[in-house]
Amino acid sequence: MEDGLLYYPGCTLKTKASDYEESAKAVMEKLGRPLVEMDDWYCCGAVQSLSTDDIMHQIAPIRTLCCAQEQGETEVVTLCDMCFNVLRRANTRAKENEDDLETMNEFLDEDPDYEGNVETYHLFEILRDMKDEIEKAVKRPLDDLKIAPYYGCMLLRPSEVAIDDTEDPQIMEDMLELLGAEVIENPKRTECCGSYHTVNRSDIVEKRVEDIVGRAVEDGADAIALSCPLCQFNLDYHQRATEFEVPVFYLTELMALAFGLDIGKEIGMKKHRVEPNALLKEKGYME
Amino acid sequence: MAENEDEEQEMIEIFAMGKKYEVPKGLTIMTALEYAGYKFVRGCGCRGGFCGACATVFRKKDEYKLRMDLACQTAAEDGMYLVQLPFVPAVREEYDIEEVDPEEHDNVLLDYYPEIARCVSCNTCTKSCPQDLDVMDFVQAALRGDIERTADLSFDCIQCGLCTIRCPADIKHYHLAQMARRIHGKYNQEYSDELQKRLEEIEEGKYDEKMKELIEMCEEDLRERYEERDMQGEEEG
Ligand code: FES
Repeated sequence: MEDGLLYYPGCTLKTKASDYEESAKAVMEKLGRPLVEMDDWYCCGAVQSLSTDDIMHQIAPIRTLCCAQEQGETEVVTLCDMCFNVLRRANTRAKENEDDLETMNEFLDEDPDYEGNVETYHLFEILRDMKDEIEKAVKRPLDDLKIAPYYGCMLLRPSEVAIDDTEDPQIMEDMLELLGAEVIENPKRTECCGSYHTVNRSDIVEKRVEDIVGRAVEDGADAIALSCPLCQFNLDYHQRATEFEVPVFYLTELMALAFGLDIGKEIGMKKHRVEPNALLKEKGYME
Repeated sequence: MAENEDEEQEMIEIFAMGKKYEVPKGLTIMTALEYAGYKFVRGCGCRGGFCGACATVFRKKDEYKLRMDLACQTAAEDGMYLVQLPFVPAVREEYDIEEVDPEEHDNVLLDYYPEIARCVSCNTCTKSCPQDLDVMDFVQAALRGDIERTADLSFDCIQCGLCTIRCPADIKHYHLAQMARRIHGKYNQEYSDELQKRLEEIEEGKYDEKMKELIEMCEEDLRERYEERDMQGEEEG
């Protein structure tokens, strides 16, 4: 693929997190490396399986990597942290463990075997190597905004698949600086948001949100930036149980805003609970 | 003894519910079972591969794998193990078609069939489909809220249910897909003026005479008419 990046969306980006997909597509188009969706792809399974005999659960992500292979590609980029984590862990296992790969291929049966030659990336890893392009694309620096980055778990743990230092990541801080924003150091940035407890134990998630958002506010943040759709949902939606009303952006939404893209005008309007218009108006980013 | 003028009918051996029978070669699984004396009360309909009532499982000689297909469309082979399968009563969700506007839901198919999120991409459904549909692919399309793709990929589904009885995740593929096609038809596709016109014509009795003529025809004439029919219909009416 010339300049484009083979893109694996995952299901959430097509439903709850369409804000993320739209802004990321616009941003990458602008940066000259458009996201090109795979011809075929499958749900990754959303959570890495923890059972001992779990090869069956690796088939879904491996099947998607096979699709990339059959398309003649060697790299796949994802936006969702969960998908990224599942794909990279399954891939690492297949690459490093011949026996497991063989069993996976037996499960794949009549379909083509996975040869283990595809690399999986999170969008942030691509953006990390595009500092010059990002700097050049900034039209409207975010210098009136104080942003606290939030990583959650899936980008950093376990360390074999981490995109950055597990204890002291800087990837988002660096990018926010390029956008001109004031970065709020956030000691809670690698703590868990409560994850799937959101399904039946919202009390747990609410405590986490209180803690994480509370600390960001205390340190003076206007907003939070992240990339995981589940973290976004939890930190955004569950603020309703707290006293806070802090917008939670996908980093790509802030990029779209800083690049002055059309889509920047409607960021966070479609799927976010805490609407960012008040903040963006106050700071003069929106009419 | 002198050989018969007519060629002797070649026979094959099948096992029905474990019991050995000799049946003529060239029968389908369905007719072979009937030849052996089994009566189809359910699990049989059109006998033409369209209704999907006759889903069955079988084993071939010297194979350990269970195979699946339509009993009315699959030739019985020597050494086959056959069964009569109870029909497929998978649970169908009830919904009011007026209340499933895809614009009003994040993912309306997932709301009604949440078990599709359990798909582990094993592809067993695709392998069991007698219509050769990409069953797993349409389940995956449903999971990501792509109603059009679900409807398109499942268009030739005859609702036999083989995918569903084989699925380790309890997904009801064929009901899910039917819902997708209904939603797609109602909310995404253009309304057909021609259809409305035709319905009105029927109500007004425009075709009553012709219908009566057909009803009174003898089988031979009917067959001739059927064979000479125009598949596309003429431009005007
Ligand atoms: S009886 Fe109708 S499809 Fe076989």
